[in-house]
Amino acid sequence: MIEVKSLVKDYGSKRAVDNISFTVKRGDILGFLGPNGAGKSTTMKMITGFVSPTAGTALVNGHDVTQDPVAVKKCLGYLPESAPAYGEMTVEEFLAFIAEVRGFRSRAARDEKVARTLALTHLESVRTQTIETLSKGYKQRVGFAQSLLHNPPVLILDEPTDGLDPNQKNEVRSLIKNLAAEKAVILSTHILEEVEAICTRVIIISQGKVVVDETPAQFRSRQPGARLDEIFRTLTSSDA
Amino acid sequence: MSQITPVLKREFLGYFRSPVAYVFLIVFLMASVGLAFFIGGFFKANLASLESFFTFHPWLFLFLIPAVGMRLWSEEKRTGTVELLFTLPVTTLEAVLGKFFAAWAFLTVAILLSFPMVITLAYLGHPDWGVVASSYAGSILMAGAYLGVCSLTSALTKNQVISFVLSVLACLILLFLGWSVFNGALQAVLPVWAVDLVANFSFITHFNAFTKGIIDPKDIVFFLSLTGFTLFLNVVALER
Repeated sequence: MIEVKSLVKDYGSKRAVDNISFTVKRGDILGFLGPNGAGKSTTMKMITGFVSPTAGTALVNGHDVTQDPVAVKKCLGYLPESAPAYGEMTVEEFLAFIAEVRGFRSRAARDEKVARTLALTHLESVRTQTIETLSKGYKQRVGFAQSLLHNPPVLILDEPTDGLDPNQKNEVRSLIKNLAAEKAVILSTHILEEVEAICTRVIIISQGKVVVDETPAQFRSRQPGARLDEIFRTLTSSDA
Repeated sequence: MSQITPVLKREFLGYFRSPVAYVFLIVFLMASVGLAFFIGGFFKANLASLESFFTFHPWLFLFLIPAVGMRLWSEEKRTGTVELLFTLPVTTLEAVLGKFFAAWAFLTVAILLSFPMVITLAYLGHPDWGVVASSYAGSILMAGAYLGVCSLTSALTKNQVISFVLSVLACLILLFLGWSVFNGALQAVLPVWAVDLVANFSFITHFNAFTKGIIDPKDIVFFLSLTGFTLFLNVVALER
């Protein structure tokens, strides 16, 4: 579903992403870990076609992002970091706009998608509120709702549980888990427990390179008895 | 190209979701009509003509259109929604055109809301309707060219103030090249053909013909090609 092939991104003389390759199959939830500035977001932005790679490419559902970015964007749901949205719109107006851009032009199809998404992400209570008046947790959910609206086969979520309270975190996790059966999901996070709770695979990148690509169980067995963040620290300490 | 519609619709309605639209409409109408009455001598001239109204448009647009155009891209970059927009299945050209046409439609509404001036004219005398129509057409075309410049400068920065100053500066140059005072000064040092050549790059030169009822293809081509060229640069600036 997602095939990342030797992606490289240079910003000036700094190499932010250095030859990253991996694949994500349907049903996989890939936990994307790494210290801040390791290149997680940049890699995700390249897969979504927002940032163009210096070298290498990514295939999403067989479409090459450097050749046909619009085809990639069609089969992709993306939640950017800190969930940007048009603040002056209400939740409903915003999702209706997303539905229209996603090709649901008739009023009936559009309203159906918006209603379904509002229900799925529990946003009905704030549907007529403007997004700028919402709390961070709700804003985050609006961003999540936006990425799910067209039921995409591929989901890319940049810190989807950031800013949520423990209950909301749980809710979003179980939602992702339920959806994942027929999707390929990449999510980045700083919460190692989250990876253990829902991910089927872990990739850790450090200084732009993949240092770990394995299952959570394998990851844990690297240092039996140690806490996850201790293993993480050992692996990425070169970044400090 | 069908993706232009949702972007256009969202952007156009966006003006009315915030106070921007109402503040702009009031300021524009008060300033344009006020200038015509108090400086242009609309009544004193004792002519059934809107020349005293339209003659100030190039100067008024110099400040008011950058105020509309400065937020087009700067705002998206500042709030991060640009990442959302460009990970939806929309090409850069479609996004640029959608936003441009929305802002242009909004400016057209503002210009046409000066219709009480036309009613006043029809009540008081017998205006030349051809001249009135061509003046409106010229004003709307010129607004599009100004807006093209402002949209471009807006795409260069995420700071709205810088965007505003840059667009005023760029428009000022395009205005000055045809300002009679500047041309008079230029004639002292340059031959007439050279001054004419310089003046040909100005808004004023091409707009004046419209206010006299002359619809010359070369004036239409000037405004449309300036608009097209700035929008092309706009796409290049965003894809950079």
